[in-house]
Amino acid sequence: MQLMSGNEAVAAGAADAGATIGVGYPGTPSTETLESFARIDGTYAEWCTNEKVAMEVAIGASAAGARTLVTMKHVGVNVAADPLFTAAYTGVGGGLVVLAADDPGMHSSQNEQDTHYYGAAAHVPVLDPADSQEAYDFARQAYDLSEKFDVPAIVRSTVRVSHTRTPVEPRPAGDVVTKGYEKDPSKWVMMPLYAKARRIDQIDRIERLAEWADSCGLNKVEMRSEDIGVVCSGAAYQHVTEALPDASVLKLGVTYPLPGRTVSEFASKVGKLYVVEEASEYLSDAVKALGVHVDDPPNPLPAAGELSPQAVKEAFGMPEPPHKPSPEALPPRPPALCPGCPHRTVFKELSRIKAIVTGDIGCYTLGALPPLSCMDTCVDMGASVSMAHGIELALAGQDHRPVVAVIGDSTFGHSGLSSLVSTAYNNGTGTVCILDNRTTAMTGRQGNPFNGVNLQDRENHELDLEKVVRSLGIDDVRVVDPDDVAATRAAIKGATSADDRLSVIVFKRPCVLLDRRRDEPFFVANCTGCGVCLTLGCPAIGKEEGTGLSYIDASLCIGCGQCAQYCRFDAIVR
Amino acid sequence: MTCRVLLCGVGGQGTILAAHVTADVALASGLDVKVSEIHGMAQRGGSVTTVVTFGDEVKSMVSGAGESDMLVSFDKLEALRNLDQLKSGGHLVVNDEVVKPASVLTGRASLPSDSDGILRDAGALMVPADAIAREAGNAKCANVVMLGALSALLDFDEPLWVDSVSASVPPKTVDVNVAAFRAGRSFAEEHMAS
Repeated sequence: MQLMSGNEAVAAGAADAGATIGVGYPGTPSTETLESFARIDGTYAEWCTNEKVAMEVAIGASAAGARTLVTMKHVGVNVAADPLFTAAYTGVGGGLVVLAADDPGMHSSQNEQDTHYYGAAAHVPVLDPADSQEAYDFARQAYDLSEKFDVPAIVRSTVRVSHTRTPVEPRPAGDVVTKGYEKDPSKWVMMPLYAKARRIDQIDRIERLAEWADSCGLNKVEMRSEDIGVVCSGAAYQHVTEALPDASVLKLGVTYPLPGRTVSEFASKVGKLYVVEEASEYLSDAVKALGVHVDDPPNPLPAAGELSPQAVKEAFGMPEPPHKPSPEALPPRPPALCPGCPHRTVFKELSRIKAIVTGDIGCYTLGALPPLSCMDTCVDMGASVSMAHGIELALAGQDHRPVVAVIGDSTFGHSGLSSLVSTAYNNGTGTVCILDNRTTAMTGRQGNPFNGVNLQDRENHELDLEKVVRSLGIDDVRVVDPDDVAATRAAIKGATSADDRLSVIVFKRPCVLLDRRRDEPFFVANCTGCGVCLTLGCPAIGKEEGTGLSYIDASLCIGCGQCAQYCRFDAIVR
Repeated sequence: MTCRVLLCGVGGQGTILAAHVTADVALASGLDVKVSEIHGMAQRGGSVTTVVTFGDEVKSMVSGAGESDMLVSFDKLEALRNLDQLKSGGHLVVNDEVVKPASVLTGRASLPSDSDGILRDAGALMVPADAIAREAGNAKCANVVMLGALSALLDFDEPLWVDSVSASVPPKTVDVNVAAFRAGRSFAEEHMAS
């Protein structure tokens, strides 16, 4: 018995099921799944440039007979949806399992979406583990399911399953015979001629899957009081059984296709039937579609955000346990760019010229928060570059502020590159700042094409960011160290001065968490209280109450010297 | 019966390590256990919480208002923020330090003036964890000092704690971390209202 996170358990379950190839793109809360899989003997694992690429690599590996794991966060499923929908037609060779980790509550995401809908829309079975043991067991079983029904399978996790450590008892790995590759265009060439036949075959597979869902043993009925029955799955099951210990529960392990007979039988045994799920109507709609009456709890369940025992208790009119309130109006503590973060000067300078800044997904999205307050948009991976082009199109011919896209190196590799190709092809204008901090920082410092680090320390190939950009025919390309404030200012001024061409600035400096470098800290001497250093939003710089003078916390300062370059009175020294 | 411990602080303070050690000790003591963590953007200096729940059979992995038996905070402001999670009569252990959030650093907001009073009224054991860690040999071990203080409230054998601490920290830092753990444990044993 050992404690494992849900992510580690999915990786172990996949490996013990004989999966030998793992691919994915990092994204909270899914990231550790592939990292953990990569550490298991006998596996091959790689980060791909994005989830679509990963899904296609996985389909290829599966077609050639290997059991394959592909991992992503919920929004990654959007990117991977194109190949996923058609892989549901082709089916598999070796078992193909997708770990999709949802983030209800948006702890580290730009939206909350429910991957169940993808399962239903693509006709791909979905399994919902509720703890790490189930994550292990369901991942293992998903490979047999995938091969038996000739379809990819989704293991759908959420942050409270992926990032909760619970005891796991692994079982001995079984022997898996790899099938090898056999040419079969009617299965793998999805042109209309063959796809029409596979579509008919798919309908048959889904009918057989629905039969299987009722008999597979992955759904659990816990009969307690006959007055109340609750249908739930995943982490919600844990919250329900804690909040309503007397209620009968149908815990679904298979959420697509829904085990219809099991649900109907359970409903017939209880007086009132409730469906409890997180930030979604997927399950309640699916239960209602069976013709089963679903009751509303006395108070509505939260329509958005995470569930908890407290939320379930509130919905069912139960009081909170006695406790003291937290004081009101406490200063919030949002996350912030680290002391010494190389992104900081870029945002400070873009703020100075009052640029329209389209942002992207990564640590640097924190540049949107005060005091930098230097971001106008953030939608999805790669959108900074394409949205900047759209803004330029709409403002063409008008007097407007410079439009600047800001994107990290890994996000640029993910999908910013194809956006930049499109802008270059269409003779677009504006400036793209690639914040090359040599890593995929926010998800825990993974490799990417532009730092050349790969997942299993194999021989690597680092793509040259500047050459890649120049190869698109973009001539105004500058490479700048963002810790050099004068150079950063000059590069931004130069690149944004011409409004008739596209320019790119590569700001190159490693993330401070990459090598944990620390130089001698700075301190403040003879401060005039002008407050310029405070506008950098560095967690190491504060303002003394009363005097209003600045000070530097030596325990936080890493000695980057950015603030010293901004002080007009040479008051920041070491 | 279950016991739920909410550990809170500021991203980077080491709440996750303290939670993992507590969970290992509970598991080694034959209990069911769950540890819920938050990764990603929140870790960049934001408020973080980690919940360890152990007992004969653990259901939910999160805490709600009044649902934690113990609240261990690595920061005074975060203790106030999470105070509602502590059930009446629960144990409150707080590092007697505060990391000022950006809004306070830049003078746009201020810390509540009566923090100490509120925490005292809630029965807090205030631990000078930074000072104890420095004395033990490394100021960065304040999280392990807090873990030591927590251990004094829980009925697990001390060798299990020491073994788990030793296995969870970098090999070169085992001695200083064990010293920090013992110092935190002693402090709590001496200062706890029995």
